[in-house]
Amino acid sequence: MTGAQMIVEALKREGVEVIFGYPGGAVIDIYDELYRTPEIKHVLVRHEQGAAHAADGYARSTGKVGVCLVTSGPGATNTVTGIATAYMDSIPVVILTGQVPTKLIGNDAFQEVDITGITRPCTKHNFLVKRTEDLPRILRAAFHIARTGRPGPVLVDLPKDVQQGKAEFYWPEEIRLRSYQPVYDPHPRQVEKAYRLLESCTRPVVLVGGGVISSGAHEEVRELAERLHLPVTMTLMGLGGFPGSHPQSLGMLGMHGTYYANMAVANSDLILAVGARFDDRVTGKVDAFAPMAKIIHIDIDPTSIQKNVRVDVPIVGDCKRSLEKLLEIVKEVARPEKIWREQFKEWWEQIEIWKKRYPLSYKQEGEYIKPQFVIEKLYELTRDKAQSGEIIISTEVGQNQMWTAQFYKFDRPRTLITSGGLGTMGFGFPAAIGAQMGHPGKLVVDIAGDGSIQMNIQEMATAMEQGLPVKVIILNNGYLGMVRQWQELFYERRYSAVKFQVIPDFVKLAEAYGALGLRATRPEEVEPVLKQALESDRLTLVDIHIAPEEGVFPMVPAGRATTEMILV
Amino acid sequence: MSERKHTLSVLVENTPGALARIAGLFSGRGFNIDSLCVAETLDPTLSHLTLVTTGDDLIIEQIIKQLRRLVDVYKVVDVTEEGEFVEREMALIKVRAEKETRAEVLRMCDIFRCKVVDVSPRTYTIEVTGPQSKLQAVIELLKPIGIKEIVRTGVIAMRREKKNP
Repeated sequence: MTGAQMIVEALKREGVEVIFGYPGGAVIDIYDELYRTPEIKHVLVRHEQGAAHAADGYARSTGKVGVCLVTSGPGATNTVTGIATAYMDSIPVVILTGQVPTKLIGNDAFQEVDITGITRPCTKHNFLVKRTEDLPRILRAAFHIARTGRPGPVLVDLPKDVQQGKAEFYWPEEIRLRSYQPVYDPHPRQVEKAYRLLESCTRPVVLVGGGVISSGAHEEVRELAERLHLPVTMTLMGLGGFPGSHPQSLGMLGMHGTYYANMAVANSDLILAVGARFDDRVTGKVDAFAPMAKIIHIDIDPTSIQKNVRVDVPIVGDCKRSLEKLLEIVKEVARPEKIWREQFKEWWEQIEIWKKRYPLSYKQEGEYIKPQFVIEKLYELTRDKAQSGEIIISTEVGQNQMWTAQFYKFDRPRTLITSGGLGTMGFGFPAAIGAQMGHPGKLVVDIAGDGSIQMNIQEMATAMEQGLPVKVIILNNGYLGMVRQWQELFYERRYSAVKFQVIPDFVKLAEAYGALGLRATRPEEVEPVLKQALESDRLTLVDIHIAPEEGVFPMVPAGRATTEMILV
Repeated sequence: MSERKHTLSVLVENTPGALARIAGLFSGRGFNIDSLCVAETLDPTLSHLTLVTTGDDLIIEQIIKQLRRLVDVYKVVDVTEEGEFVEREMALIKVRAEKETRAEVLRMCDIFRCKVVDVSPRTYTIEVTGPQSKLQAVIELLKPIGIKEIVRTGVIAMRREKKNP
């Protein structure tokens, strides 16, 4: 069997249904093999960054490993932003890159780049395959490493002669890497300690992070929260890990979190953090973060524990299994619900006061369309789908992302696809393409800004080619809004380089690609335009002209305590 | 929290890129490597690496966890935290040895149990092994005589076995 045949065979055995890629000289042999393999669908993107984000969006929405295939040199380097994005958010992606023949490596050959060297700090692991016979074993290991433990991107660099060489195909059914043994089961004594703290606290908050979604622990979180009557807040990556419309939900916390979530965390005496890594956008000034709280931290990656905040009860393990164990104790002890309710009664009264004092709010008045109004309308129109998980929303990065996080209620896991850790502009649209490929029957909407959408707008051709009915809703304010907001608040309105002098006519642009283009410039146009888009069966771009100087509030200035919110 | 030298003993898969991954982990996070020694173990698929670094407890905890997170890393032990350990480093020192100082250099070698491994009319090259403190002492004493060149290996370390099991 040739190396290229082995690669495709390995992909089949790993259950890969779709690959996002872009061919080139160093991967022609693999593409030749794909030509003969109709069972693997190949999506031809227009830029390799798009391929990496699409594979990522596919992985986030399906829970499977996303696969991306590109050529050597520039093909490989173009994926780096996508790889770093997946790495920061712990998304399982396998990136296959072509490489010059082994004997030319290190010679500055045409389209040669040391991609394993370049991606070492932003992959979970990477491989340079030196011998054809190693291909099945290495690809097996790559998928295994990507999807187990704390998931992440794994890159496999494939020299051209390795693809062309011949060897016997040997597929290792079982995979055991002696140096890589993630811990899934939590230490029972630590779980007991966690339970005891829950029993003795009076002001608890559950903090749900992205780990809840990747380990599929949302049902367990919900059961625990309901049985014990605990308030729940979520990080950006955790949205959907607990139903946003649930009465015990406090919404998102952190820099643009709700007033009540931040106040609850700041005044809590116990935080149960599940699969969250205490990013600086969540903690604000670390010294002032939850000063009175004991912290229980469940995470599969021991590195995340004790990294940013001191932890009283570390629980290293899979979020789902850890919560299962905790629930076992809860059921064994069988403390009546009434007692839990009584224990947190005053705490809930306080939270209700905070909720009433500063709810998330905005005013839709005058001639300008408020972006929050657009998101609320979208939620209204798609509420049923949101509750049943039939809609997937991706976002770009910036104000559009934060308004979405604040005003859309994510009830189901894997329904928000957003670049959290890296904050990658240009992520949302290709990720939406990946999500739609993984869920042909679902409604996929990308909420964009006029800045972000232009970073990977060429992928409209990809979506058209695949017949994907993705809806892109552009909240167009003519600014790089989030930077403008910072300049307004902290740089005395010196609006340096945040206003585009040229913005394309998005409606015409959509039409140029053969898509449907719609526009709303007045508040009363929002609902009909959204309806028309949601009912459309093809790629649709909606250009919504919003109030140009609207900000995202509440806001905690960077480096300040989360109680120092600007509310406006 | 005070900064302290820590000697880490790391077992890692003997694969290309493994060392770069470890070194990259340090440079990418702004941690410093004071010394680093690598060689194959009895099992040729594993390499043993002795790494000396400085930091407070939190930083060292992070370093160890980050090392363990690397897919290639099999085992990490903070030798400094595991009770007593033996630590050795070797240096080759080329020292000026003219007529009036030749005897003095040889005497020094004798006291510190160094070996002369190369002789020329104007120099001795001596081999010295021992804990870092001993190497430092030899270097300080030879400096006034005139050191032309020094090459040091970096530290290797091993836990002492318990004497009363």
